[in-house]
Amino acid sequence: MAFIANSQSGSKNETKGGPGTLVLRPFAFVGRTVIDWVDNLGAATIFLFTALTKTFGRKQLFKIVEQIYYIGARSITIIMLVSLFTGMVLGLQSYHALVKFGAQGALGSLVSLSLIMELGPVLTAIMITARAGSAITAEIGIQRISEQIDALHTMRINPLRYLVSPKIIAAIISFPLLTAVFDLVGIIGGYISGVVLLGVNAGVYLHSIQTYVDLRDIINGFIKVIVFAVIVSTVCCYQGYFAHMRKDSHGAQAVGLATTSAVVLSCVLILVSDYVVTSLLI
Amino acid sequence: MDTPLIEFKDVTKRFGNRTVLERVNLQIYEGQITTIIGLSGAGKSLILKHIIGLIQPDEGAIFFRGKPIAEMKRTEIATSFAQMSYMFQGNALFDSLTVYDNIALPLRETTNLKKAEIDRRVMARIEQTELTEAAHRYPSELSGGMQKRAALARALITDPQIVLFDEPTSGQDPVRKNAILSMIAQYQRKFNFTAILVSHEIPDVYFISNRILALYDCRIVFQGTPEELENFDHPFTDEVISSMESLQKELTGLYSKRQFKIFNHVQMKRSTAGEFYCIVFFSLQELNTIITKFGHDAAQDVLRDMGLYIDKHFGAIGGFSTRRDTNELITMLPYANLSEAESIIQDFVQDFHEQVTRTIQAVACKSVLGEPTELTIMAGVAQGQSTSNIDSVIALAKSQQKEIGRLHCAAGE
Repeated sequence: MAFIANSQSGSKNETKGGPGTLVLRPFAFVGRTVIDWVDNLGAATIFLFTALTKTFGRKQLFKIVEQIYYIGARSITIIMLVSLFTGMVLGLQSYHALVKFGAQGALGSLVSLSLIMELGPVLTAIMITARAGSAITAEIGIQRISEQIDALHTMRINPLRYLVSPKIIAAIISFPLLTAVFDLVGIIGGYISGVVLLGVNAGVYLHSIQTYVDLRDIINGFIKVIVFAVIVSTVCCYQGYFAHMRKDSHGAQAVGLATTSAVVLSCVLILVSDYVVTSLLI
Repeated sequence: MDTPLIEFKDVTKRFGNRTVLERVNLQIYEGQITTIIGLSGAGKSLILKHIIGLIQPDEGAIFFRGKPIAEMKRTEIATSFAQMSYMFQGNALFDSLTVYDNIALPLRETTNLKKAEIDRRVMARIEQTELTEAAHRYPSELSGGMQKRAALARALITDPQIVLFDEPTSGQDPVRKNAILSMIAQYQRKFNFTAILVSHEIPDVYFISNRILALYDCRIVFQGTPEELENFDHPFTDEVISSMESLQKELTGLYSKRQFKIFNHVQMKRSTAGEFYCIVFFSLQELNTIITKFGHDAAQDVLRDMGLYIDKHFGAIGGFSTRRDTNELITMLPYANLSEAESIIQDFVQDFHEQVTRTIQAVACKSVLGEPTELTIMAGVAQGQSTSNIDSVIALAKSQQKEIGRLHCAAGE
């Protein structure tokens, strides 16, 4: 996790002068970067587990529900829109590929398995990162630089309990629900392009889904998206929470850069972890 | 003296290579208003953040009721900090919450009080801080002064025993500054908390502070009463206090007590033995009624207008004035004997009736809605000689006071 790695590393360890300096510099750079990555990974892990231990406090339920509304319910429209067209284009492309082999009857299973196992979890996570993740980073970052988080400390309110924990739990609940919506609407999209527009038999389309989609595929998809939820919510909250510690920028600019880092890093980590989790599940 | 409530012993704080606090020693006593003064960026707010535990010292120790915080158990530290409240320089209000929710937040999150009880307490604070109309508005919709009052209400909602105010008057106009300081003093008397302020408002903070701590060059260079500070001979006085007092004079027309003393000393040195001077003593009798009925702002408006008018009138003939207490002003007329001074006062009273009464009345009565009220302005004059003690002349002038104006405020006026 290099989100504040470059900024925090500074130049204090840089050596000056000496004949070996030029040769050592690339190694020093790689070493410093790796150490910063490990540092940040450790810090983010502690941050996540500390926040999770604050889940079961008083009055947390209301805050979690509020965050589910914010992260989940308010993302439904964009998720449905993206999934509908993803399903439609998937149906369209797959039809033209399958027709070459005379296997257009497998369209339903191809569309549904692609969505359930891969596209649903990944695209849902990326869409929520763009919509809610960036907002979470910006919100917490602004609260940090305007001393609102310090104010919580002085009021004896734990900021991790009050701000971070509800967001992480809400993400863990919302991501699978939104993925389910994505999968369903995507399959409908595939139906529209395959059956309604291209003339595949409706019964064949639905029967193919029923035959080839296994409960295990659905569970694997949900496992993936829960991993993504933890990654996205932790990265976004962590970036905002420590926005004031960035050394490459200050104030509003630090919040802006933290938000950018949160989105970019979340997307990269979604794809990296997708491969890792898939290889473990297959 | 009693054990200090909070004590710093050789506290040092560095950020990188920069030392901000160096071997700072200070004592803060219970039930008092202690003000930390110093230049911007000197580290005053940092002292407050050390007190409330947001920052830990690199060296030295902080004691709470005689016990080092570093040696306390976690529960003890939690109990100690639970007695404190902090009002941030930038208010630190939650901009996504209304004023009501901001004030209710500490009660909702840290107590088991029922909704009705929280509502009662919050509404009481909202009324006390004159925020009733703003209760359901967001901080961004409020003026700077209202935001300060909302932050003050939130700081006081848990009835803390110690309240830390970080530049409570920053970004306010002179009237509001004095209104906020006056409000802090009033609440401190009412709720008997220990107040620790960081402020630039010299000399205004002197009127409300029991003790002053001066931070200069990373160290506390003075601890004592405002009166003791007036006799403090240190580069801090020239560099910090004088510059702030000059600004104050421009804004209110009044000199600080210290400047007044210096001017008086200079005049006395210039004058030949036995030469006369006069002291005019002004007081506003029902200022507390104005505060109670119309708010701190109205009271400060009246005081400022009085100050400006007195300076305008007497400054033109070589007089100089200062604020002696919250509702008392004194003017010195050098080289004037009693009959000359009385004649000057007569002119002043006449002008005052013709021009100023109307203005001040308008200011004082602008928000009258309920029963009528009156504000009496008194003045007294006494003559002194260059050899006589000025304090006894001031006391004599005070005893000679008689009414020079009465403002009647009623709804519709």
